[in-house]
Amino acid sequence: MEKTHHSHYLEYRTLFSIFLLLLMFTGITVGVSYIDLGVFNVWISLLIASVKGSLVLLFFMHMKYEGRALIFSFLGTIFFLFIMISFTFWDVSFR
Amino acid sequence: MEAVPSFFETHSPSRYKGVWSWLLTMDHKRIGIMYLFSILFWFLLAVLLGGMIRLELMFIGQTFMSAEVYNSVFTLHGVIMIFLFIIPALPAIFGNFFLPIQIGTDDVFFPKLNLLSWYLYMAGGLIAIVSLFSEGFPDTGWTFYVPFSISTRTNVSTAVFAAFVLGMASMLTGLNFITTIHRMRHRDMGWMQIPLFTWSLYATSWVQLLATPVVSITLLLVIIERYFNVGLFDPAKGGDPILYQHLFWMYSHPAVYIMILPGMGVISEIIPVFARKSIFGYKAIVASSMAIAIAGSLVWAHHMYTSGMSDTAVFVFSLLTFVVAIPSAIKVFSWVSTLYKGSILMTPPLFLALCFIYLFSVGGLTGLVLGAAGTDIHVHDTHFVVSHFHFTMFGGTGFAFFAALHYWWPKMFGRMYDFKKAYIGAILLTGGFMFHYVPMFILGLQGMPRRYFDYLPQYEKGNFFAGFGAAFMIIGVFLMIINLWLSLKNQRDVSSDPWGGTTLEWQTPSPPALYNFITEPVVPDYPYDFSGVVERYSKDDKGE
Repeated sequence: MEKTHHSHYLEYRTLFSIFLLLLMFTGITVGVSYIDLGVFNVWISLLIASVKGSLVLLFFMHMKYEGRALIFSFLGTIFFLFIMISFTFWDVSFR
Repeated sequence: MEAVPSFFETHSPSRYKGVWSWLLTMDHKRIGIMYLFSILFWFLLAVLLGGMIRLELMFIGQTFMSAEVYNSVFTLHGVIMIFLFIIPALPAIFGNFFLPIQIGTDDVFFPKLNLLSWYLYMAGGLIAIVSLFSEGFPDTGWTFYVPFSISTRTNVSTAVFAAFVLGMASMLTGLNFITTIHRMRHRDMGWMQIPLFTWSLYATSWVQLLATPVVSITLLLVIIERYFNVGLFDPAKGGDPILYQHLFWMYSHPAVYIMILPGMGVISEIIPVFARKSIFGYKAIVASSMAIAIAGSLVWAHHMYTSGMSDTAVFVFSLLTFVVAIPSAIKVFSWVSTLYKGSILMTPPLFLALCFIYLFSVGGLTGLVLGAAGTDIHVHDTHFVVSHFHFTMFGGTGFAFFAALHYWWPKMFGRMYDFKKAYIGAILLTGGFMFHYVPMFILGLQGMPRRYFDYLPQYEKGNFFAGFGAAFMIIGVFLMIINLWLSLKNQRDVSSDPWGGTTLEWQTPSPPALYNFITEPVVPDYPYDFSGVVERYSKDDKGE
């Protein structure tokens, strides 16, 4: 049976830093929306959103401190979501 | 061991008695039994609906129901069989009952969530019933394809919502099983000591957890479209009808692996026990279960070759479909290799398992005809597809369900059934099955469409034979179930290990005690080592 994991307590300073980072990225998202980068606008927005989502998962949801099984499960889920979305869009782009 | 009160005599929680000791139970075995009876109810209802379809089609023109009723009957048959029988049957009944026992623990990780899953299942069933008696029977088929499902005036929204609720039950069961396997395995049980049925449930649970939310959201979108007409699937409003098919099959193709993987797990348990021989390729079977779960999630669009999808997508999805055949074949070859030079003891569960191997192989190979885009264009939406689907799902999962029922019945209820009646039932079922579905392959190749109320005169003979076979199948099913039911009334108690099994459930009394094990279970180094069993039976034969 797998070892049980102990709870992790993050310092308020770390949590607040992450919070500030998230606010900063939100500002960047808003700022980038005013610059016309053509098709790259969407990709940059998605990239920033992914970074923000990762920060929330890693620190606020403690994924950084979990065992391999949970991290692997989580990455597997993301992988499948990626496949499902990309394969569908890929059909549309070749029609 | 036999003197210890069984879980039937011990309540959990102990403060509840009578019917409340069932309705509020936390015991995974009682929940499994509750699933057994509720699923059997739906199964037998759907069997009768299927019989009505075949009876109507036996003769050309209207036989005994109108075209509208026929549409509703095949929709109901599909919805009930898929969402209320074949998806939950093996995980919810046998998974609930045996998964914790096979990994040497006393319950699932979330017992209350487990009970909630059963209530969600029952609620989904009740909502499905409600959908029948308001605004007309749903007539879309179990796929709820747009634009028809959005425009038809029948009560699709309620039926779709029933499927949504049933999806939640399925997801929660999957979550429970994954957590239980990770966190509650016996401390001496490593990953490569887990029995193959539990491994198959593990693979299935991941598919349940990852794919079910997609269809849940899609079904909600259908409801939103029906009430608010947003235009998500309407090209006139910038929507895409093919998007619905992508979203639907993103779940519903992996769902066929939710249906078949536990069935494969059951067969992997039965074959070595009655061959008295270690399973051939344990690690290959484990790897193929996971490979089927992964590869099976990447092939959904092979249902959509004629939908207007891009040719590039057709090519890639066809290629990926052929990849799935490899792990499925690994399993079939491993089972057959296990039987080779084994000391075979024929019993009803083994008979049904052997039928499974044959029927599933036919189903799998005809799947390649459909997976190849060229041939699929010819037989798409014909009776060929219906026959292929039933060969895999009924010949596969259905037969695995009956095999599991006959294999684990003595453990679950502590009673042995009559072998002769079980054999007669199984033979009627298998013979009827061939008469039923082989003509449908031919009808499909000749071009008879599926879901049609009537047909051209050249299809009459095939449909007559199919209806004839259906009658035998229905008699076989009822005979097997009545035989099992009658066993509860007789006094033939069974020992803790009537078959000579090696997995941990055979170390518990029949039926098991409340917390499963009376003494600390001994986890074998390898779950399918039959040397002790062979020695024991040879001593019995010599009368020692």
